[in-house]
Amino acid sequence: MVPVSQETGQGVSTIHEVLERVCPAMHIAEGFLPPAHAVAWGVASAPFVVHGVRSLTREVREHPESTLLLGASGAFTFVLSALKLPSVTGSCSHPTGTGLGAILFRPPVMAVLGTITLLFQALLLAHGGLTTLGANVFSMAVVGPWAGYAAYRLSRRSGLPLMAAVFAGAFVADLSTYCVTSVQLALAFPDPSGGFLGALGKFGTIFAVTQIPLAVSEGLLTVLVMRLLTQSSGGELARLGVLVAGKSSRAVAR
Amino acid sequence: MSRNARINGLLLLVVVALAVLPLALGLGDHKEEPFAGADGEAETAITEIEPDYEPWFSPLYEPPSGEIESALFALQAALGAGVLGYYFGLRRGRRQGAPRADESGAEGA
Repeated sequence: MVPVSQETGQGVSTIHEVLERVCPAMHIAEGFLPPAHAVAWGVASAPFVVHGVRSLTREVREHPESTLLLGASGAFTFVLSALKLPSVTGSCSHPTGTGLGAILFRPPVMAVLGTITLLFQALLLAHGGLTTLGANVFSMAVVGPWAGYAAYRLSRRSGLPLMAAVFAGAFVADLSTYCVTSVQLALAFPDPSGGFLGALGKFGTIFAVTQIPLAVSEGLLTVLVMRLLTQSSGGELARLGVLVAGKSSRAVAR
Repeated sequence: MSRNARINGLLLLVVVALAVLPLALGLGDHKEEPFAGADGEAETAITEIEPDYEPWFSPLYEPPSGEIESALFALQAALGAGVLGYYFGLRRGRRQGAPRADESGAEGA
């Protein structure tokens, strides 16, 4: 452990050390956002979660048969955010798993499923926290799913095959989550010399490098699950608009 | 092995390789604590950026040891994996059962 007495702003190496140690924990730890920031992110996230609860209940009421697949999407997020994987920077981090559900059920639903996962980790694992829940929900359950969904839709529209688009969606959902986390940390803890942009540049660089291989892993795992889904649940994927109805799942799976 | 199973296996293999390579190549050797990923470190880090910063809230419950914490993480992964396994098992069972149900229905009629 490096003693805490080190001065701040003493050149790049100190800050890099500091950042390398911030970045492994994707979720901002309990009590580590100033109260004003914590409240602001909570206020920003709340409407998305409320809207998400509405779309989730509507989905379950109108299509009770999708409950199982909703559960599976939540379960995927549960598994992936529990997997702490080593990365090329010599740190560990974990994927988010929000891309799959966002592609299947659209992002609002993931605001709810992601929040449930974050609550579980905050309450039982002391990973993340209640005061930082708003900020963590905003990065992992709001921005991640929306950015991933946008990447997926754009890839589909530009004619990419389904699985390439799924990979892009999951990759972007994972990486954008960490980008938002670094923005949140940079806003709360600006660099003494470089200010917000200085802190953001440094946070962002290291976050991105650590997270890129994990985002690739998440993309591949999401493609794997989507391939299994096209084989097992073609009808449901067609109803959700992921598969084109009538096309054989085999052709699309490729 | 079918082409499908081979592609799935290959996907898993790449994921495993991405996780194992940093360990095998010793990419964490330059650090004091290689492959640490704890929130505790992030906490120290912010305290270093802003030495005056005092966390103003502490977790309601904290796992008493690293072992308990990894047990709870394993529980989280197991819950998720269990539900996923249930989903795919159910689907497979239904798909396999469907033709058989048709047959027995036809026999009964």
